[in-house]
Amino acid sequence: MSRTKRMFTGILALAMLAWLAPAATPADPIRIAYVDPLSGPFAATGENGLQQFKFAADGLNRAGGILGRQLEIVPFDNKVSPQESLIQLKKVIGDGIQFVFQGNSSGVAHAISDAVQKHNERNPGNRILYLNYSAVDPALTNEKCHYWHFRFDAHADMKMAALTDVIKANTKIKKLYVIGQDYSFGKAVAEAAVSMLAKKRPDIQIVGNELHPIGKVKDFSPYVQKIIAAGADAVITGNWGADMVNLAKAANDGGLKVPFYTYYAASDGVTAAIGAAGIDRIRLVHESHPGNPNPPKVVGDYIATYKKLYPNNDINQPRIHTGVSMLALAIKKAGTTDVDKVAATLEGMEWTTLSGDQVIMRREDHQLLMPIYISVHTNRGILFDLDNSGFGLLQESKIDRNKATLPSTCKMQRPS
Amino acid sequence: MRRYGVWIAAAAVLAVLPHVVRTPVAVPVMNQMGIAVVFALSYNMLLGQGGMLSFGHAVYLGLGGFIAAHALNLAGRGAVWLPVPLLPLVGGLGGLLFGALFGSFSTNRAGTAFAMISLGIGELTAASSLILDRFFGGEEGITTNRAKVPALFGLDFTSDRHVYYLIAFWVFVSAALMYVFSRTPVGRMANAVRDNPERAEFVGYSQRRVRFVSFCVAGLFAGIAGGLFALNYEILTAENMSLNASGAVLLMTFIGGIGSFVGPILGAIVFTFLQSMLSDYTGIWLLYIGLLFLATVMFVPFGLAGILQLHAPAWRAGRVGRLVGPYLVAGLLGLVAAAGAIGLLEMVHFIASAPPSRATKRLFWVTWNARTLWPWVAFAALIAAGALGLRRAAPVAAAAFADASRPR
Amino acid sequence: MFELVLFSVLNGLVFGMLLFMLSSGLTLIFGMMGVLNFAHAGFYMLGAYFAYTLTARLGFWTALVVAPLLVGVLGALVERHGLRRVHRFGHVAELIFTFGLAVVIEEVVQLVWGRPAKSYEAPALLNFPLFHLFQTSFPAYKAFMLLISVAIFVFIFGVLTRTRAGLIIQASLTHPGTVAMLGHNVPRVFMIVFGIGSGLAGLAGVIAGPVLGTFPGMAQVLGSIVFVVVVIGGLGSLTGAFAASLLIGIVQTFAVALNVSLNSVLVAAGFHVDAQGLLHDLWKVTVAQVAPVMPYLLLVLILIVRPSGFFGTRES
Repeated sequence: MSRTKRMFTGILALAMLAWLAPAATPADPIRIAYVDPLSGPFAATGENGLQQFKFAADGLNRAGGILGRQLEIVPFDNKVSPQESLIQLKKVIGDGIQFVFQGNSSGVAHAISDAVQKHNERNPGNRILYLNYSAVDPALTNEKCHYWHFRFDAHADMKMAALTDVIKANTKIKKLYVIGQDYSFGKAVAEAAVSMLAKKRPDIQIVGNELHPIGKVKDFSPYVQKIIAAGADAVITGNWGADMVNLAKAANDGGLKVPFYTYYAASDGVTAAIGAAGIDRIRLVHESHPGNPNPPKVVGDYIATYKKLYPNNDINQPRIHTGVSMLALAIKKAGTTDVDKVAATLEGMEWTTLSGDQVIMRREDHQLLMPIYISVHTNRGILFDLDNSGFGLLQESKIDRNKATLPSTCKMQRPS
Repeated sequence: MRRYGVWIAAAAVLAVLPHVVRTPVAVPVMNQMGIAVVFALSYNMLLGQGGMLSFGHAVYLGLGGFIAAHALNLAGRGAVWLPVPLLPLVGGLGGLLFGALFGSFSTNRAGTAFAMISLGIGELTAASSLILDRFFGGEEGITTNRAKVPALFGLDFTSDRHVYYLIAFWVFVSAALMYVFSRTPVGRMANAVRDNPERAEFVGYSQRRVRFVSFCVAGLFAGIAGGLFALNYEILTAENMSLNASGAVLLMTFIGGIGSFVGPILGAIVFTFLQSMLSDYTGIWLLYIGLLFLATVMFVPFGLAGILQLHAPAWRAGRVGRLVGPYLVAGLLGLVAAAGAIGLLEMVHFIASAPPSRATKRLFWVTWNARTLWPWVAFAALIAAGALGLRRAAPVAAAAFADASRPR
Repeated sequence: MFELVLFSVLNGLVFGMLLFMLSSGLTLIFGMMGVLNFAHAGFYMLGAYFAYTLTARLGFWTALVVAPLLVGVLGALVERHGLRRVHRFGHVAELIFTFGLAVVIEEVVQLVWGRPAKSYEAPALLNFPLFHLFQTSFPAYKAFMLLISVAIFVFIFGVLTRTRAGLIIQASLTHPGTVAMLGHNVPRVFMIVFGIGSGLAGLAGVIAGPVLGTFPGMAQVLGSIVFVVVVIGGLGSLTGAFAASLLIGIVQTFAVALNVSLNSVLVAAGFHVDAQGLLHDLWKVTVAQVAPVMPYLLLVLILIVRPSGFFGTRES
């Protein structure tokens, strides 16, 4: 009897594995893997990103493609899990795709970065490139940097340098509270805030430096209570997703009316959920023009075209356009999709973003250097709102690329 | 010879599998399956054989894995001598250690109290990973590199295929040992304590001690699975110990069937396959898994292996052939209804998530315009046709089954 | 300091009473059917999402009444057509059924309402600060939440102890066989209790949605904590659920407010620990960081020391 079952098991397994065979297609389009959450609680972010990738690729394809070939974005669902990301990465490699974009969660980014480095060491003939468009733990281009990783977003320290410049100018702020999620990114934000403010505004007192478990806090009221009790007159937070929404809600309910300096308090439902409570209070640091006020024509057109196609989504990550365009240009300049040559071309490459900014991929650590924008959450003077909520981001200040550039501790090992 | 035939055949299948299935994705997926098989088998030592419902079994895989990952890092630095093939043993010892530690108090009770303690321990361990940053590495977890360890006999385990054979070896050894354990007096007593603790005590066995032993052994094998995980993925994170991970092993074991030794193996293979492949085809794969699970509990609570077991009398009587016809009809009708249901769900998903500028969706090799009425009618009709047909075909199949299993 | 204590107590009460609304239904269902319902928090989430949709069409007050009713009916249907069928396969199967149901509810919510958080707001009528003390304000809506949950508490106790139906329910909790013998339809009582329990969870969702957020993860965030409450209070005991809810609510709020670490306690006591190695982090962790973990620690401790919980009379 148990032999029958074993036979059945074997046959079933064989049948399923046979089904795994990939359809052999001629390598006509240049395929680019997109490894991010497409199911689960963070799927909104992942799906929105995917559409922006497809939109950016479509734009290049309409202009004739690259080397006469079309760009094709191939999605892989990593469920924002480091483990699942590595499983998907194996599929990416199995499918013969050489370029991998990923952005959501620095935890995942570390896993992928590490796996790509190991893969490239072990398989010199079959290398892949990791293009990071959103994971901003500074370590990725500092102590953990490697040749096969390129980052198209400003890292947490660069953004904090910009935020602290703004805070420096606001003499009303005397007591500051730092609250964040308890993981690498949240910790990086807290450390950078404390050390940079100590230099720029030694008179500011850090009255609280709090880390809470990520995605586990049910009610933020006690935290808000603590912020009020500490007498803070400004808050810095790196919170994102539900943790950002609920913190903002609790702050509003508790009557905490101080300014918030944030990284991710916009779009993907956050802007709509914050709504009127955050007007002129919530500020956000990001990498390009938010569309308000007076957007450059290119930015306005890009957003408007996108909104026509995807009325329920926003262009909230213009760096996606930068990343895809720079990769395309590197392939074009290299004249091949050979990873070694593309990577060599991408190093030190310059580019003009949609916002009209000159950016450069720094050779020594593969960090894109760019100016940094600070915007405020409001409903006044909003031409392009977010979440169709009537609320949006209004640019308040812009920090030049030179001032936003930080040194790196990276010791890049180049393949010989 | 007949007694060991199954095991010899299993070993042979494991050995030739990577040569038969030659697609690049297959080897990584099979590695994943192998780890899941060991994990599910160890879980069934608790649930199926010991009657202990645990919501925190992933803790032992995770802790074993973390210990293995640290050991591998130490070996990579040359601090200890540890050949890569023995790494799962380190994980197993870690799992055993923590199984004994947590089992010492949680196995005092059975039933709901045990289930709740396991849930509490699971949540505690998963959360403490953020607190004990050095050991668990926070959200990024602990990464390691198996290629840094000095190669033994020229095997450096840089390719997935090498790792496959290592995993296959450990899957085989673990499965055999777990099978043997279930046949030992202790294993038999676990069954007795599950079915009637009072009587077991009368025979002179402490139910606590029996549960404790089962728990430790289950921890050992979960730790071996953790060691294999560390070896294969070279990373461990808090997620490995989360309630989701513990829930997943419960699901796969139950779908496979807790009543027999093969059940968890089947469940692990099917579940891993669905989990890694379904997400390529649909964004709502988790919904399908949930529905499949509900259907399993409601209609085949004894799992996939249970279905096979039900057919043992018919097989012995040599009347399985008679079942093929009625089953084929019922199966086809079921497929028709399922296709209709999948169609409707996919269209709802499409309407809810696709941008309004898109109207068509490819499903079942056909392009549908989801914003018109017809596809909805078509899929609803499929469901109706399948369900109506099944109402007729199911009794026929059931009658055929009863007829075939009738003792001579 | 007084301000921090006062508002911590108030916030703790609001959260604790919310937990009670969830756990009262769960503990009734458990007491009667012996099933730990993993999908209970799913019904809470459905309550919030139903209310979100209904509020947009018919206004908050209609939603406050209709959404819990819808959830209750849904719960009763689940019992009638799902759970009852699984019942004969034993408790493990029932438990696993609710486990699967929780997954399905979460996925269906995402399928219908999408993944991003919904902006489900408190009604304008209640959208003002009730009173100010120092710099803190206490929103009127939270007072309303407190009011509703107290009313529910009184109502449940009244029904269970003063009415005929309540007596039948209480009797079915302990002696289902005898109750059936007396001519009552026990399966129907089960269905009604399951429906009421789900409806209560739905009501909790309706009133908590605007404060704690309406997003697909809201069930998972609360899911296991409700179990903790029910187990600590004693399975099947309403009084226990009440006490445990308030305890957990207040403990969690105060834990956040405390910035004490093991190291600082030891230093204050005159010890100097030069912690090294892998456990080094354990010394630096503050109570606030551990706050969300505390309920589970409490759960494990209670189960070891007194498995029947505070007010429970039986173990499982």
